[in-house]
Amino acid sequence: MTWYIIRRVLQLIPVFIGATLLVYFLVFSLPGDPTAAICGERGCTPGVEAALREQYNLDQPFWVQYFLFLKGVLTFDLGVNFAGREISTIIAEVFPTTARLAIMALVFEAVFGILFGLIAGLRKGKIFDSTVLVVSLVVIAVPIFVLGFLMQFLVGVKLGWASPTVSGAAPFSELILPAVVLGLVSFAYVLRLTRTSIIENVNADYVRTATAKGLSRRRVVTVHILRNSMIPVITFLGADLGTLMGGAIVTEGIFNVNGVGNTLYRAVLNGEAPVVVAIVTVLILIFVIANLVVDLLYAWLDPRIRYA
Amino acid sequence: MRLARISKVVGVALTAALALTACGGSGDDAASSTDRPIVVDGTEPQNPLIPTSTNEVGGGAVVDLLFSGLVSYDAEGVSQNEMAESIETEDAQNYTITLAEGKTFTNGEPVTAQSFVDSWNYGAAAKNAQLASYFFESIEGYAEVSAEGSDVEEMSGLTVVDELTFTVALNQPESDWPLRLGYSAFSPLPEVAFEDFEAFGENPIGNGPYKFAAEGAWEHNQQIELVPNEDYDGPQAAQNAGVTFKMYQNGSTAYQDLISDNLDVLKTVPTSDVQNFKNDLGDRWLESPYAGNQTISIPYYLENWDGEDGKLRRQAISMAIDREEITTVIFNNGRTPATEFTAPVLEGYDDSLPGSENLEFNPERAVELWEEAEAIEPYDESEPLTIAYNADAGDHRTWVEAVVNGLKNNLDIEVSGLPFSTFAELRTNATDKTLTGAIRTGWQADYPSLYNFLGPIHATGAGSNDSVYANEEFDNALSEGLAADSVEAGNEAMNKAQEMLLEDLPSIPLWYQVAQGGWSQNVDNVEFGWNGVPLYNAITTK
Repeated sequence: MTWYIIRRVLQLIPVFIGATLLVYFLVFSLPGDPTAAICGERGCTPGVEAALREQYNLDQPFWVQYFLFLKGVLTFDLGVNFAGREISTIIAEVFPTTARLAIMALVFEAVFGILFGLIAGLRKGKIFDSTVLVVSLVVIAVPIFVLGFLMQFLVGVKLGWASPTVSGAAPFSELILPAVVLGLVSFAYVLRLTRTSIIENVNADYVRTATAKGLSRRRVVTVHILRNSMIPVITFLGADLGTLMGGAIVTEGIFNVNGVGNTLYRAVLNGEAPVVVAIVTVLILIFVIANLVVDLLYAWLDPRIRYA
Repeated sequence: MRLARISKVVGVALTAALALTACGGSGDDAASSTDRPIVVDGTEPQNPLIPTSTNEVGGGAVVDLLFSGLVSYDAEGVSQNEMAESIETEDAQNYTITLAEGKTFTNGEPVTAQSFVDSWNYGAAAKNAQLASYFFESIEGYAEVSAEGSDVEEMSGLTVVDELTFTVALNQPESDWPLRLGYSAFSPLPEVAFEDFEAFGENPIGNGPYKFAAEGAWEHNQQIELVPNEDYDGPQAAQNAGVTFKMYQNGSTAYQDLISDNLDVLKTVPTSDVQNFKNDLGDRWLESPYAGNQTISIPYYLENWDGEDGKLRRQAISMAIDREEITTVIFNNGRTPATEFTAPVLEGYDDSLPGSENLEFNPERAVELWEEAEAIEPYDESEPLTIAYNADAGDHRTWVEAVVNGLKNNLDIEVSGLPFSTFAELRTNATDKTLTGAIRTGWQADYPSLYNFLGPIHATGAGSNDSVYANEEFDNALSEGLAADSVEAGNEAMNKAQEMLLEDLPSIPLWYQVAQGGWSQNVDNVEFGWNGVPLYNAITTK
């Protein structure tokens, strides 16, 4: 098991190099000169433009720029963005907020998704099941920005239950509404996955055996049916954490959350390759670690799965 | 039965979640006392808060409150003295500037002639890579300090005479030069700035009506908290207990905060709410014309649009656009149709210059002009007209499509909108002269003068001359206007120059900007200035 984990962690190295190279190259090849974004509507004088190019190494060829970035990473100096701010400071600012938001969304979708899915699966074809199926279909079908603005308007402006926007400190209470919006679509998927998985397992042999042994209905449901139905759901949730962290651009925009998604979006528009690559690298790490945790959870959920 | 218990658990969890959400909303209710700062919308400054490195509105609004130059502009755009006691000249080329006594920066350092000269030299020198460098271009010696790779640090035109006096020599007579001095790039900097610009840009020390509430008052991407500067005595003294800029990523979000009274002033109602803000806000909104316009520029390096036939086609295009309809229907009167190349709030504006009929909607004449052009040289249909715009900000798509449809219907030619994904890409194409059609352009005034709308855009070789217009006669008319000995005579010459533009149409003026803003129930006395920015210092709390 230990060897397995070490091997997985070592795999990070080629993943890191490959991903940063690819992302750096993609941002590098974006059409448009980054100095045009810095100089704005009025443009700069040629002298200023040349000085800017030199300052941010934009006058260097791709490989030099990339190796300067790699060198920076290895010496724990990520450099500065076009506004002259340390990239490491920016990351330290935005990641905790987005992590809080993503984890809240994940907890929301996991708890409610599994709960509703379980009930729906056990009561297949009944009124609760049909209602939940229709509602989740609607949630999946409606674009997230519609849901976001709708919830913001209803809960935030009309009812006044929550502030329509999140303040700088992004406290737990203000993040509930954005977290629900962010987790809503995944909630519908988790619900549907759980439901299908439960329905499949309800009639399995081992369930009949467990019932025949005289186990309580409760034990049969929680230990035998639920636990065995969790593998697809856990896989989905693990991958979803990364998506929630990097893909919250729309939700963060609607609720004015100062998070990863928006920082990334702005950096792409400005052609700030070092910022984009730094953020994406952290996201990759989160993805890989979440995947590792999911893989380890498989073994716990299903003892037949072993790693060596 | 057992499942009923699970349902109950769900119910409890839902109730708890709703209760928690409810707790989150009550944070701002206590905020209506009179000594609280007003909260206004802003966008994250894209550069350090140094006047000469600020070239966009997000940082500009903050820098304007932190720093005071020699003069500032009142609501109508008229210059009023700030640090200056007098600005004198006899030939519009050599100026003697005397500062008022007793002015200080917020760290106690006196504002001296040296503070101005050092700051201007720093801003101009290419090696400092200051984005607003071009503002100093009229000063003698600018060419040397601004050249690519130049190490020269001082402009020869600036001379300190004594503690409170300095002289400025310009390259040529420019009668509107003193008008420019209200722009923030001309602000003085304290000595401490030159020790460490990076730290200074994070925690600037200025001489304006406001100052940072504390070290670190700039919480990036969140807010900037300003409090009144008690040492400031000038025309823009604060009437409130402070101004907090709250950073927003999009306008719709700020609008939601405004209608729920979490935000006091919104300077631009987002396009999505333009149809309903007057209903939502009762009498708490205003529409205030300001010195900005929207145009489309067609480069002369395109075969179809050069020469005599090109000129006729430009006129045809201009007459085929129904400006009245677009400003009414799409912008809900948030713009007014253009009649020339500047803006109505400026002194010297004239809405009936000879040639302004070229900007009136006249589809029949447009078709005639197009046919005349065809007779000279047929239109190369392999290069149909496009109108390029950037899709990442500003919401240009709607009006570009409206213009495109108008041209298709009225001229029966092939036209289309050409979106670029980023602003940088659009600008790179314009600078490299690789545009394949028209480009959306526009100008927000830096200082209230007709020249500011003409020189930087249409003078031969000017920085923002996207259509690559070159007309010696026009350049001469501008120089003549600049050298005129009175503002009136200057404006007259500028309008003569405009008549050439109205004939040639290097860019096609579409409409003038109107600020549409709103405010919350907690504030009063909201007014917008000549440049569309709220007069923050005059706003009072209820």
